[in-house]
Amino acid sequence: MKKYEQDGVLTLDDLVLPSDKQLKKGVALIECIQEIPCNPCVDACPFGAISMKDINAPPIVDYDKCTACCQCVGICPGLAIFVIKVVDDKVLITLPYEFYPFPNVGDSVQALNRKGDAIGVAVVRKIRKRDKTMIITIESGKNLAMDIRNIREKK
Amino acid sequence: MEGYSSDTIASALHANGVKTFTRSLKYDRPRGFFCGIGKCSSCLMRVEGIPNVRTCIAPLKKDIHVEMQDKFAKKPSAEFKRKKKKIISTDILVVGAGPAGMYASIEAINQGAKVVLVDENLQMGGQLVKQTHKFFGSKHEKAGTRGIQIAVDLEKELRNQESKGKIKIMLNSTVIGTYEGEKGKHKFALLKRDDYEENLYEVNVKAVVFSTGAMDNMLLFPGNDLPGVYGAGAVQTLMNVYGVKPGEKVLMVGAGNVGLIVSYQLLQAGIKVDRVVEAMPIIGGYHVHAAKLRRCGVPIQTSHSIKEVYGRDKVEGVIIVKLDENWQPILGSEVKVSCDTVCLAVGLTPSTRLLSQVGVEMEFVGEAGGFVALHDEDMQTTAPNVYVAGDSSGIEEASTAMIEGKIAGVSAAHSIGFDKNAIKLKKQYRGELKRLREGPFGEKPRVGKNKIKKLFEGRK
Repeated sequence: MKKYEQDGVLTLDDLVLPSDKQLKKGVALIECIQEIPCNPCVDACPFGAISMKDINAPPIVDYDKCTACCQCVGICPGLAIFVIKVVDDKVLITLPYEFYPFPNVGDSVQALNRKGDAIGVAVVRKIRKRDKTMIITIESGKNLAMDIRNIREKK
Repeated sequence: MEGYSSDTIASALHANGVKTFTRSLKYDRPRGFFCGIGKCSSCLMRVEGIPNVRTCIAPLKKDIHVEMQDKFAKKPSAEFKRKKKKIISTDILVVGAGPAGMYASIEAINQGAKVVLVDENLQMGGQLVKQTHKFFGSKHEKAGTRGIQIAVDLEKELRNQESKGKIKIMLNSTVIGTYEGEKGKHKFALLKRDDYEENLYEVNVKAVVFSTGAMDNMLLFPGNDLPGVYGAGAVQTLMNVYGVKPGEKVLMVGAGNVGLIVSYQLLQAGIKVDRVVEAMPIIGGYHVHAAKLRRCGVPIQTSHSIKEVYGRDKVEGVIIVKLDENWQPILGSEVKVSCDTVCLAVGLTPSTRLLSQVGVEMEFVGEAGGFVALHDEDMQTTAPNVYVAGDSSGIEEASTAMIEGKIAGVSAAHSIGFDKNAIKLKKQYRGELKRLREGPFGEKPRVGKNKIKKLFEGRK
């Protein structure tokens, strides 16, 4: 029995992580590691960077082919794709968001980890929208690149 | 009281703060509605002098008189009108306009058959109309599209076929019985409701597809009848169809996909989800759904169950308890959680009463969720030209229901002489179905469907 099967929270050991060089270029990290029958991310990628053995296999990202274009973020039905780009001592994280009220570019928000704990602050840098899912790019400290997976309005 | 013209009586009552709809026979305990989708009987009220109206699917009309009925439902005060029955004769009857039934209709029409599609709800789409999340699967099953959008697309297609005279769509209508038909035909009695008044139809068809869906399971614990204990379908219906908050603070029971998805939708509606409890030692639903909840700060407690619900006349809180490896409650591990709503997402049972009335062979298959009609890979039951599809043939996902509907639609039309590449299409759809069931999450339906197929083949 794996830990995430009991509490719903992945650890970094569960994931295939990109190298520092790949993170600087920017890559999509897909936090989808179970065999579930789903493959729209494969079709969504314009660069053929996402592959699957069959529809039940977990997706594999070729981090060298991935251009961090974020096309996959809004299509994933599991909202499990995050695009991460390290710029100097900062990180830009693009994540899917489906709650009102929508934040605005420039807002300072709480940065949450995979358990929903507030672990720092982030600034909203870019907002796109795809079929009612907001695709939000936030900026925070580089050290939080592998921890921030959600945001919340500051109270 | 006020409501919207698109409300049902139950949703309007809820929006006005009325959660007690009836009282129990013996102990006079307050009862609210449970399933919210027209399947159970906890929402029966007296409307315009007519007793036993299912208020969760009855439309709200201006100036109507709604009463809590006395326990035995005294005789109607509404006038008894004797009306002549109307007769419909066509090729195929499809009962249930959810994902399976809509696709069965589309495919049967594509084969050249004429169809009557019947549903007891006020709108088509079945449970799709409350699925605000994007669907899994491949692009054949419209993966990445929200369930609500799939319902809109399919309805558009069917309305288009209706304008060409290929299909008659009868909503707010219930198939209530079956009769001996003429040779090679099936005869059904159908009630079409016009507001609360019912009109009787006789429907004569050569083939029939039952895609009647399923209903949320109840769980046994003290207080499970208090208003505020709802099935997951009822919670989704209230908030996603009628825009009514089922409560302010919810405790979710069950961490399968339904429990996880409905919890997330509750958060989206601005409702607090205190936690999700799951009796199994692991989360049964997809991890990605669990992760969405966790990163919003909602705890998921596996090996935990509900011990009892407390409250006077309504839910005021829950006592939850930890379970040991033998699923027995651990004494002293009880925790009191105050909340006004308990949502049960503890599995579904196929709705099969019409199928048993028709006389097809039924068996209990645990993996399929209960008693199901035995059927083959063409979705053909043991009665000639009677087909089944979707959750009523075994509990599964909407994506597989759609494909089963396609197979049943093609098969039903093919069995009565229509053939536009029918065999090839069936083969293609069976392949898609097989692929979706291949992974570990497809194991339960795979085992269930295999049992059903073996029982079907071995029955002679």
